[in-house]
Amino acid sequence: MTLLFVALLALFALAVVGVAARRSPWVGTAVYGGTATACGLIGLWAVGALVGRDGAVAAVLPIGVPWIGVHLRADGVSAFFLLVVALGGVTASLFGWGYERAHEQAADHSGVHSGGESGPVLPFFPLFLAGMSLVLLANDAFSFLVSWEFMSLTSWLLVLSTHRDPDTPDAARLYLMMAVLGTLCLLLAFGLLVGTGGDYRFDAIRQHPPEAGAAALVVLLMVLGAGSKAGLVPLHVWLPLAHPAAPSHVSALMSGVMTKVAVYALVRVLFDLLGEPVWWWGGALMAAGAVTAVMGVLYALMQDDVKRLLACSTIENIGVILIALGLALVFKASHTPVIAALALSAALLHVVNHSLFKSLLFFVAGAILTATGTRDLNRLGGLIHRMPTTAVLALIGAAAISALPPLNGFVGEWLLFQAILNAPALPEWSLKIGIAVVGAAVALAAALAAACFVRLYGIAFLGRPRSAEAGRAGEVGRAMLAGMAIPAALCVALGVLPTFVIRLFEPAVRAMVQAGPFDDRSYQPWIWLAPTSAIGNSYNGLILLGMIAALSVALVLAIHRWASDRVRRSIAWGCGHDGDDPAALSQYSASSFAQPIRRAFGGTVFNARDRVEMPEPGDTRPARLTVCWTDPAWAFLFTPVRRAVNWLADHADALQFLTIRSYLTLMFAALVVVLTLVAVVRS
Amino acid sequence: MIDIGYDAAHLLGALVLMTSFALLYQRRLFSLLNVFTIQALALSGAAAWQAYAHDEPHLYITALLTLTLKAIAIPVALHRIIQRLHIERTVEPALGIGLTMVAGVSLVTLSILLVLPVTENATALTREDLALSLSVVLLGLLMMISRRNAVSQVVGFMSIENGLILAAVGVAGMPLVVEMSIAFSVMVAFIIFGIFLFQIRERFETLDVRKIESFRGESD
Amino acid sequence: MIAAVIHQVLHMALVLALAPLLTGWVRLVKSRLVGRRGASVLQPYRDLARLLRKEVVLADNASWLFRSVPYVMFTAIWLAAGLVPVFTTDLALAPTGDLIALIALLGTARFFLALAGMDTGTSFGGIGSSREMMIAALAEPAMLMVVFSVAVLVRTTSLAEIAVYMMGGTVGLRVSLALALIALVMVAIAENARIPIDNPATHLELTMVHEAMVLEYSGRHLALIEGAAMLKLLLYAAVIACVFAPWGMATPTQGSLWIGLLSFLAKLAAAGAALALFETSIAKMRVFRVGEFLGGALLLSLLGAIFLYVSRGV
Repeated sequence: MTLLFVALLALFALAVVGVAARRSPWVGTAVYGGTATACGLIGLWAVGALVGRDGAVAAVLPIGVPWIGVHLRADGVSAFFLLVVALGGVTASLFGWGYERAHEQAADHSGVHSGGESGPVLPFFPLFLAGMSLVLLANDAFSFLVSWEFMSLTSWLLVLSTHRDPDTPDAARLYLMMAVLGTLCLLLAFGLLVGTGGDYRFDAIRQHPPEAGAAALVVLLMVLGAGSKAGLVPLHVWLPLAHPAAPSHVSALMSGVMTKVAVYALVRVLFDLLGEPVWWWGGALMAAGAVTAVMGVLYALMQDDVKRLLACSTIENIGVILIALGLALVFKASHTPVIAALALSAALLHVVNHSLFKSLLFFVAGAILTATGTRDLNRLGGLIHRMPTTAVLALIGAAAISALPPLNGFVGEWLLFQAILNAPALPEWSLKIGIAVVGAAVALAAALAAACFVRLYGIAFLGRPRSAEAGRAGEVGRAMLAGMAIPAALCVALGVLPTFVIRLFEPAVRAMVQAGPFDDRSYQPWIWLAPTSAIGNSYNGLILLGMIAALSVALVLAIHRWASDRVRRSIAWGCGHDGDDPAALSQYSASSFAQPIRRAFGGTVFNARDRVEMPEPGDTRPARLTVCWTDPAWAFLFTPVRRAVNWLADHADALQFLTIRSYLTLMFAALVVVLTLVAVVRS
Repeated sequence: MIDIGYDAAHLLGALVLMTSFALLYQRRLFSLLNVFTIQALALSGAAAWQAYAHDEPHLYITALLTLTLKAIAIPVALHRIIQRLHIERTVEPALGIGLTMVAGVSLVTLSILLVLPVTENATALTREDLALSLSVVLLGLLMMISRRNAVSQVVGFMSIENGLILAAVGVAGMPLVVEMSIAFSVMVAFIIFGIFLFQIRERFETLDVRKIESFRGESD
Repeated sequence: MIAAVIHQVLHMALVLALAPLLTGWVRLVKSRLVGRRGASVLQPYRDLARLLRKEVVLADNASWLFRSVPYVMFTAIWLAAGLVPVFTTDLALAPTGDLIALIALLGTARFFLALAGMDTGTSFGGIGSSREMMIAALAEPAMLMVVFSVAVLVRTTSLAEIAVYMMGGTVGLRVSLALALIALVMVAIAENARIPIDNPATHLELTMVHEAMVLEYSGRHLALIEGAAMLKLLLYAAVIACVFAPWGMATPTQGSLWIGLLSFLAKLAAAGAALALFETSIAKMRVFRVGEFLGGALLLSLLGAIFLYVSRGV
């Protein structure tokens, strides 16, 4: 554990360096290089802990609140999530280093800040990573909450680093409010967990799990508290605003990694601290996850801003992870641990997968922003010609997140479906039927995600440039490309050899559900993914990839050899538009691509309406399509709540101007009410 | 393992439910009537099969009644009404087709969830028939509230009644009297509906219930 | 093991060879049904051969993606077809992917084709891609729910195991299976761009989907895409046959390959004739009713999954 402490201390030290040496030219290199190294060390330590399977290690640090101290402990689950944080940290540091340099150079050239950085990122970047790591290591409620709040605040400060952007202040304010609300829920949840015993250590909580009623309340509060951080619908409203507002490498960390820390909080409390689960906990989690998954991807389909689209897609993926967690809980409650292990493996695999491809895609968004200066899909296009390497890496990311074989997104989904197919083993009728519906929701979300990323990739990288900036774009620097290449390579590797990583985090699964996903298989073929009970279900990404590659190459060679290999270039028929630029305008835009889906789903869900402004014949103005839609979360939850709060505030105002007698009456009434309550509760 | 008696009853019952969904999906009045005819045929088939398989001859009467009334008389009469009244031949949904279908599936799920736990001890056929018929009844109600045209509301009402007969067929031992009285009351209801349709049409020149609503006595 | 590899190779060659024949057969039956003589069943082979020999005309801004998609897409669909047992269940690739992987492989092919549609930046390609993805967004979950119904009954998603179990005849008639079959047929119609969703014979209409997406392709690329479409039609027929009518297929332990082959040919002929009959008796629907049609398929398949629990068993 010493290695871990050294790395964490290094992160804090780097923050100091970031403040102290902020004027010097090498500070970016030092901080990002140091952060990458520290995260690499954390990752190495986590892999060692997972491979070594030497159980949990714990430590007590004599700092913080007297008599309590800071209890730290790393078991399989913590190590697994630490690995996710470390991976995100390494790639984000690498990318961020190149990204900031590119933006500084651009600023030097033009003399103005072009929508990129303007506030300090450097000191908070390592602190944010350290905060997330501490949440994962905390072993008492107190240090957990403090680290959680530390993580929230550092990420909030990172969001604020772009405060010159006109949208940022609002996004940051909303984020702060939701973060406070979430922490409040967590605070209450841990208060209930600790109970009257007053022992804040997780070990003590584990020994004395709360009563059924309190446990139910804890589940609810945890889902609200951790869910608001993870982006659970309808508490997601801050996420599509705040995540994109930060610099791209920080967005990648917030979307790819911080949401996973929230998932960790759920896993820790629901699977570990609360003891034996009850079936409806999982049912509730699955229902919330299903709504989140489908709504998240529908939100993503409505967005025209690249980074906002990615943030919304995070909501969808969190939904999928929650569904898998819910399934695992349900199966754990019905004492079928192997299937619970299967579902939990699906959840954890999706955690890794999503952190990889979402980081990758946010880096791609950052690269696009660097190269073109815009995040608006309707101003992009044709980047595959101008940013060839980025285009290849982005294609891998888009295919992986669309759950296409042989990449990693599909493996997670495949495992999830294998768990879903075991639904008949459950005793509750409502769960059996409910899981079928949830399965349909997962499938719907996955298919819509594919549409969403065809839209993203097709509009941004393919076709013709829709603006002059997109036409002038150039490839980004090597550091940024390397930052993208690492997660892309891992996406492919995890897709073709998933068994290794599932084996790697088996200790984490075993710690939570007391079984491994491959337990009832006496013989496990090497690279074949063939989990549990169901007979003969297996998947092999390596063979699929090999076959596709081999057959494609053979086909190319055969056709070029025996049929024809002649090519002629010509101008594509642009429906009567001549020349280059009008043809670019006649392309499908992001809004028009989403139109069929908007028409099928949006009318009901978002109350979406298309308005077409068609000029008279003879008029040369272009026709305009305006899409308006309302977010149901705002329309039905937050706006009414805001109104109610305002109303309450207006009326509470009157309380300031009462006579002393009235104040005394109020206090007296409050006292009587409390006493009555005590009397009632006691009886 | 294969029990053809059960399997056939199972499929016929499901066919009745499927036609209920098809009723919700239709946009044209004539195809609505055709689907309704199919539903009646399936229902009478279910009754006849049950009569044959379980040797309950009185169910043949049910089958015959359903066949003559529901599959022949009522559709023919409704066809003539539509032609005589020159009703617009498209169904105007008050709720989008997609939403209606989603609501329909939720209703079926609800009825299955209701029926399954309380019939743990019953035979598979009984509980299935109960679940199916409850679904058909609920779908009929859904049809009545989600369609604006009076003719489709009549069809919805008839399909509710089909659901009741399906329950009567499936649950062994339902006396014939009950079915006779149901059939009779439906007949009466149908006649009343028919008269109403004519009357409404004469007065207001439309069968769109929306337009008639403003003529309610209490409002001005 | 060696037998399985030989079967696999034969199987891949067989599906490749039969795919144009099935399309030719459907076209012939359709022509006869509307009173035309129709072209020979071998016409699709001639069309493909002619296209393969022609030069490719590329749009001047077409990228490498546009040129590689036909190959990737063709192999993905070919590989998917290689996973579906047609004359024997003893296939070497069978454990590589199950029904879910098969659906996802088709998804991969679709994903890349939709991207290729947007590559040249013409509006027709965009129309086709966006509609194709909308159709897929409903068709794919419908198909996965069909898989769910079947898999819960059979306790596996492996196609070979499903075929063996279904041949055992212990399943009986089931509402869920009937609903799953209807939903699967609806999905197959939509995914293969058949009437009433799309018209495979159309070439320049605002209602087209698949043809709009591949409008910019020519020569050998077009041949591959047409070939892939034919393979996909055969694949769906084979999946339906494998799950709902696997009779006659050989297994590792029993049954003769020849009977398996003949029964497969008979099933294909029947499926093709049924498709032709269906297509001639129905009108194409408006593009925006496709959502309702496929939503219906999704709900039917979901209903099938729900009804699993009402019937006996499970």
